[in-house]
Amino acid sequence: MAKSVKVYSTPTCPWCLRVKGFLKENNIEFKNFDVAVDSGAADEMVKISGQMGVPVLDIEGEIIVGFDKEKIKQSLNL
Amino acid sequence: MQIYDLIIIGAGPAGITASIYAARKKLNFLVISLNIGGQAAWSGDIENYTGYQFITGPDLAQKFEEHIRKYGIELKENEAVLALKKSGETIFVKTNKADYQARCVIIASGKKSKELAVPGENEFKNHGLTYCATCDGPLFSGRDVAVIGGGNSALDAALQLIKIARFIYIVNSADQLLGDMVMRQKIEEAGNVKILNNSQVLAVLGDKFVKAIKIKYGGIEKELAVSGVFVEIGLFPNSEFVEGVEKNQKKEIVVNLHNQTNIPGIFAAGDVTDVPEKQIIIAAGEGSKAALSVFRYLAKTRFSG
Repeated sequence: MAKSVKVYSTPTCPWCLRVKGFLKENNIEFKNFDVAVDSGAADEMVKISGQMGVPVLDIEGEIIVGFDKEKIKQSLNL
Repeated sequence: MQIYDLIIIGAGPAGITASIYAARKKLNFLVISLNIGGQAAWSGDIENYTGYQFITGPDLAQKFEEHIRKYGIELKENEAVLALKKSGETIFVKTNKADYQARCVIIASGKKSKELAVPGENEFKNHGLTYCATCDGPLFSGRDVAVIGGGNSALDAALQLIKIARFIYIVNSADQLLGDMVMRQKIEEAGNVKILNNSQVLAVLGDKFVKAIKIKYGGIEKELAVSGVFVEIGLFPNSEFVEGVEKNQKKEIVVNLHNQTNIPGIFAAGDVTDVPEKQIIIAAGEGSKAALSVFRYLAKTRFSG
């Protein structure tokens, strides 16, 4: 079964766009949280990642900060 | 160990263009880079790259990536070069993952954000301190923040934050802001900005996240309570790993018109060099020039020796 993927991002950050583009290219479904407007999601992101930089990915509880292609590939078996 | 004809360091506009030219010349080469797109990927709207009347930085970086992928180039991503040195006829490149050897290199490692070099900076990176207002700005909605710097990039950050943060301090070391007049006016008209000229950051303070910065303003040390620090004090060339190559005062690698450095076989291109004007299109052009110079150099040294 496909893993559940959450992306915490802002609309303007280049690496957020790259992360989302990369997931789309690989046909990975994900739920995007825009932390610029959703303050609840912003708090959640800071809590789970312990830091304030975007993007953050939550792949079934595995937290990946930034566009770390290798880690994302590993986690999703790509 | 395999000896490559060429190793290209960096995959921004200069490195990618050099790669495309090297691929078309059928050189045996490798590209090593931390990321693809370089600073171009961080740009906002680009309206001066010929062929595109308008394109965003991330979109142009995406186009660059598609172009380099088309040639099936050997590309080591997420790899940082730690040392580069020529010994005999061979250039040794050491990264955080492996060692490589080549007859030529093109250094196209670009620039990175300059750091404050004060206590607390490293500790609070991504814990309230950031170098990308475009990325992380929205996380500081309703909070008090400080922008460090007084040039265009600092003003650009401040203008983005005016709509997001509650209050913004601009901590500027010069006696006035240096950015464009249009931006300065907008900032001066905003009700939630205080400009502190002639001031220096001494430390970043906090616990898990930033709580304050210590500054020196008007000869007096004081603390500003802020939860965000946006460092926008300019750029610094990624040239530290290169040994023995001539650099100018700004630590940019000195190149001639053919992109050669003072060491035969070591070439450089784009923002890491002393080329006048740092522009995407100039970096791309320099990259192509460097690759063609390498091709000529290899042809010459191969048949003369």
